[in-house]
Amino acid sequence: MEQSSHIKVKDLNVYYGQNHVLKNINIEIPNNQITAIIGPSGCGKTTLLKCFNRLIESVDGVRVTGEVLVGGENIYDPKAEVTHIRKKMGLLSQRPFPLPMSIYDNIAYGPKIHGERNKKELDRIVEHYLKEASLWEEVKDRLKTPAGSLSIGQQQRLCLARGLAVEPDIILGDEPTSALDPQSSRHIEQKFIELKEKYSIVFVTHILRQAKRIADYLIFIHMGEIIECGPTKEILENPKEKKTQDYVLGIIS
Amino acid sequence: MDKRKIEESIFKVLMIISAITIIVSLGLILGSILYKGLPSLSWEMISQTPKGGYYLGKEGGILNAIVGSVLLAFGATILAAIISFPIVIFINVYNRQNRWLANIIRLTFDILWGIPSIVYGAFGFTIMIFFGIKTSLLAGIVIVSLVVLPVIARAIDEVIKMIPQGLFDASYALGATRLETSLKVIARQASPGILTALLIAFGRAIGDAAAVLFTAGYTDYIPTSIFQSVATLPLAIFFQLGTPFPEVQARGYASALILTLVILVISIVARLLTRKYKKFKI
Repeated sequence: MEQSSHIKVKDLNVYYGQNHVLKNINIEIPNNQITAIIGPSGCGKTTLLKCFNRLIESVDGVRVTGEVLVGGENIYDPKAEVTHIRKKMGLLSQRPFPLPMSIYDNIAYGPKIHGERNKKELDRIVEHYLKEASLWEEVKDRLKTPAGSLSIGQQQRLCLARGLAVEPDIILGDEPTSALDPQSSRHIEQKFIELKEKYSIVFVTHILRQAKRIADYLIFIHMGEIIECGPTKEILENPKEKKTQDYVLGIIS
Repeated sequence: MDKRKIEESIFKVLMIISAITIIVSLGLILGSILYKGLPSLSWEMISQTPKGGYYLGKEGGILNAIVGSVLLAFGATILAAIISFPIVIFINVYNRQNRWLANIIRLTFDILWGIPSIVYGAFGFTIMIFFGIKTSLLAGIVIVSLVVLPVIARAIDEVIKMIPQGLFDASYALGATRLETSLKVIARQASPGILTALLIAFGRAIGDAAAVLFTAGYTDYIPTSIFQSVATLPLAIFFQLGTPFPEVQARGYASALILTLVILVISIVARLLTRKYKKFKI
């Protein structure tokens, strides 16, 4: 890769109490591509994702060693500013968590806490990112209504727009479609494909077919270790490791 | 009939009896104060302070106690909320991982909750004697705020504890600090619960007689500063019911009715004022 990678992980180890959940992770996430983290449940997929924006720290009794470089900056450096790191990444969680406020305020929340006060500018941001997430047409007449009144699929797109509104470089998704109906899932997948022009996208999925449909790059994790990573086609068609073959064939799940 | 069906019907009967008991209790309480107090309730009672000989059945009202109680209960509730909110945020947001410390703080509140208010009153009285402070509205507010502090703190705590981690993460992921998350997201999500906590505390503060007995004092006048003694409704009820005159006793029931109405009005107004926040709760 010529350009420097947005996310680079060096010797990352994560422990939950005595449990060693991620072991010596070394990986580079390619820019402007969709990377899928796959693997059987409980293998540490979500843990790895949460390491990228330090949300891992809200877990009870967790210990992280090693480095995660985001744009060349080690985010686990004691001097690193966590709010600044998280601003570089938008997050889509397993089920959408709209903030307890109006649709408008959900989008404006991020820009506001980062210092945007101009009402006109906020209006522009809200409209722009709702359009970016293909939600504008559905909500433009009810921006002041509670975000909780939207359907789950719409809420997930709202969360996407909300994440984009802080102008991140990276989008993280933690099984972002697992709570959605098939149509809303397709909507999010389609969005990811459009958005990779501008953002690097990393998402966790337990649906191999989904990874196949949209991911350019795969990371296969098993029991806390990266077994194999590489371009999707290569991994799925010619897995080098026995464990990857087994997973692709559905023997381990 | 088989055993499980019998169990089911016995429990059903128990549930019905319980439900009837509380409804009838409320009805009887309201009924008796209405029956005994309503005839004596007059505009004079709620618009005037006691004139000379009021407690012997002469003219005047209990405006001093109404104003005193409302000021005291508002002051104590607000003071207690100001003290408890940071503690609750500390154990639920800043120190969410450290269950051990949180549980000690929760246990402390539960013990404080169980201490009878007369003990708080006596405690306040001891301190006031030590520093040579006289009974005053301020002293009353401080002591009553201690009485209601655990009520508010535990009630808000229970609500915030139920908020899923995902909502915290959603805010953190946007680069919000813990304080921004607490004030703009968590407090809003918990706002109906916070309001309920404040109302329960207000009801307890305004109805408390024991803690104010030594600390707020009693007076026939409306205070003009927080350093003056202040009358309260529960004590006004006590003094009036304690006289041997039936007409003054009837006014005591009317005062009880006023106390109940004050709480009712404030609950309804508060619910109306905060309705707009409730609808944003997810």
